[in-house]
Amino acid sequence: MKARLLAAALALLLVASGCSAGSSAFVPDDGSTLAVGFAAEPQNFDFTRTDGAAIPQALLYNVYEGLVKLDDQGRVVPLLADSWTVSPDRLVYDFTLKPGVLFSNGTEFTAEDVRFSINRVKTDWTISIKSKMDVVDRVEVLDPLHARVVLTKPSNAWLFDMASRVGAMFTPTGIADLANKPVGTGPYEVTSRRRGDSIVLQANQRFRGPEPAYRTVYLKYYKDPTALNNALLSNGIDVIGTITAPDSIPQFEADSRFNVIQGTTNSEVVLAFNNKKEPLNDVRVRRALTLAIDRKALLDTAWAGRGTLIGSMVPPTDPWYEDLSAAYPHDPDQARALLAEAGKPQLNLRLRIPNLPYAISSAQVVQSQLAEVGVSVTIEPLDFPAVWLKQVFTDHDYDLSIIQHVEARDITTFGRPSFYWGYDSKTTQDLLAQADRGTPEEQVTAMREVARTLSADAAADWLFLFPNVVAAKKKVTGLVRNQVSESFDLTTLGRSE
Amino acid sequence: MTARILRRTAIFAVSLLAASIVVFVFTAVLPGDPAQVALGVNATPELLAQTRAEFGIDRPLVTQYLDWMGGVLTGDFGNSYVTRDAIGPELADRLGVTLWLVGAGMLVAVLIAIPFGVLAAVRHRRASGTVVSAASQLGIAVPAFLAGILLVQVFAVRLQWLPSGGWTPPVQDPGEFLRGLILPALSLGVVQGAVLTRYVRSSVLDVLGEDYLRTARSKGLMPGQALIRHGLRNAAIPVVTVLGLQLTTLLVGAVVVERVFVLPGLGSMLLDAVSARDLLTVQGIVLVLVAGALLVNFLVDVLYTVLDPKLRGAR
Repeated sequence: MKARLLAAALALLLVASGCSAGSSAFVPDDGSTLAVGFAAEPQNFDFTRTDGAAIPQALLYNVYEGLVKLDDQGRVVPLLADSWTVSPDRLVYDFTLKPGVLFSNGTEFTAEDVRFSINRVKTDWTISIKSKMDVVDRVEVLDPLHARVVLTKPSNAWLFDMASRVGAMFTPTGIADLANKPVGTGPYEVTSRRRGDSIVLQANQRFRGPEPAYRTVYLKYYKDPTALNNALLSNGIDVIGTITAPDSIPQFEADSRFNVIQGTTNSEVVLAFNNKKEPLNDVRVRRALTLAIDRKALLDTAWAGRGTLIGSMVPPTDPWYEDLSAAYPHDPDQARALLAEAGKPQLNLRLRIPNLPYAISSAQVVQSQLAEVGVSVTIEPLDFPAVWLKQVFTDHDYDLSIIQHVEARDITTFGRPSFYWGYDSKTTQDLLAQADRGTPEEQVTAMREVARTLSADAAADWLFLFPNVVAAKKKVTGLVRNQVSESFDLTTLGRSE
Repeated sequence: MTARILRRTAIFAVSLLAASIVVFVFTAVLPGDPAQVALGVNATPELLAQTRAEFGIDRPLVTQYLDWMGGVLTGDFGNSYVTRDAIGPELADRLGVTLWLVGAGMLVAVLIAIPFGVLAAVRHRRASGTVVSAASQLGIAVPAFLAGILLVQVFAVRLQWLPSGGWTPPVQDPGEFLRGLILPALSLGVVQGAVLTRYVRSSVLDVLGEDYLRTARSKGLMPGQALIRHGLRNAAIPVVTVLGLQLTTLLVGAVVVERVFVLPGLGSMLLDAVSARDLLTVQGIVLVLVAGALLVNFLVDVLYTVLDPKLRGAR
């Protein structure tokens, strides 16, 4: 018995010493293989029935493609559609499709698939963003390479949304097991997965274009930010998709093996006010709180100074962006004056936050700064997502909350009085509607006005915009700087030997 | 003896049933609605109701429990709310990872504890024995996750000899599998080894004072030979018992170590399932863990009965 134990131990030692230093054979180190590390893992591959950012991050543009995509400046550019025209009344979109496109199961992509995919959003999808297709009246097949989409009312948001997962193109022969076997037209297909560990993508042999720079891509998942960082430092992966521990960024910047790229995202970290409820239904109170918080200091504390101060629900990659961060300069005296004017010199507020690092560190700054103007804040961390979703989001049982809003162009949520903001403004709703039906120029003007109105109403306090910080080995090129789409786009990557 | 084993078996079965009820009730009262978590932020009331019906969580708790237990007894743990896949095969897969980790951790613990424990006992009056005792004391104080973080910093990040985490199945690449197992097994095993060292030490110390060792030495055996031929086997009995009981602690430690080293075992599966309110999965995992702990206790109990003649007549 003991002899056997000894033999096993010896074998273990032999294997350990036989391995060369610096190698990482978990992911073959052969130039055409890439390993990217992420924090959040897709639970399955079916984004038509499972919500969350992780599935489209892995699959959109890489495995599934839509008619259009977003570039890193947030512009809508062609993908499966070569071009499109919009009728003068902005109701009819005619798409000319790329010829010779095949799904990974061999089926040809035609206008029939466009009709099938768009209609299927309305009938079979169960996640809430399916409502983005409500504006579609019908889809017509003009011929195999021409599809016509008719809307019930003009909508700029619709074409933009077509670049997200709701615009992904499916084939009727490839939907039998969406949760396990995605079939798309993209340059990659999913070949294997190990839950809790990784997903492996391989170049799709039937892809119309040139083979991608990396034939095999490992998407590896690390719940713990330290483990994610260690994986890059120890050559276990080549890229960190998004760094989730900002304090660790300098160690990558100081290391000559890596490039660090910092850009923007669509993720606004918002101090939400319950606009419907006493005392935050008073605009003077909301303005006072906004004036009382030093957002620069908060960003430094909460996210190591990375990120952008925006002062609105608009990231710099949206066409109607303007910097509103100076609208409420840090001014405790004026904050106290406003609170006195509102008859609320002393306030007790409940700050109910998700138990996530950025929210906890932001909440502490908010608490201490509001204390200076006589507002005492009780911080209540709630288990995320389950408890926060139920109590704050659904039941609106809160005064203040802090959460990151990751969806693109989610400024439109301020047009929904039932949303947890409790914000009900006719002006804002009209402007949003006007922006959606107008020409692109009218859209920009109206959206800019929406952002200004929200700022004037202090509908929320936009603390900061999350940065997109990517760290990668020097050989990896073409990484997207600004995370604007839902996809971690592997198609732009290259390698320098 | 048979009566005692039968009695123990009955207790085991009843405990398991009770545990299943406790597990079910506790997961059912967890705050948060699985349907809401699955649907995300913009879920409409209609979709929520539809999804609750699909999950079967709109039925009475008793129905849900009976349905679940009925399935479990036939090996069907149901389908995950989140992944929509059958839970059973996934559980088996993850259990495999955890068992490898626990097994390797146990091996490391034994490899540390036997030589050092014997050394500390034989030289208990000398400096080297005291050093080993002190070191084991220190080892007990270090939590497994801290050991893991230190090992990663040294062997993965600085020296880059071993991976910092991740899992390769043994069938896919045995060498890589072993390389990936070394650091987790060390961080789990070193702490357990330190604990075990103290048991080995005291057990060997007891044996050293026994008459039969004196007899052996008087027959002309060297002290070391006498200990190896006659003493260790006797010293092993209490150590094996402790080892069995420590298995449960190892399981708990494994949950933490899996997190540090990103191993797709039961522990990481449990954490994911809890945060996603994937209740059926949580119930399945916890039941398997509880059953494992009960089974170990049961086996230790039975082993006692078989090994210890004094208990054979007992009930």
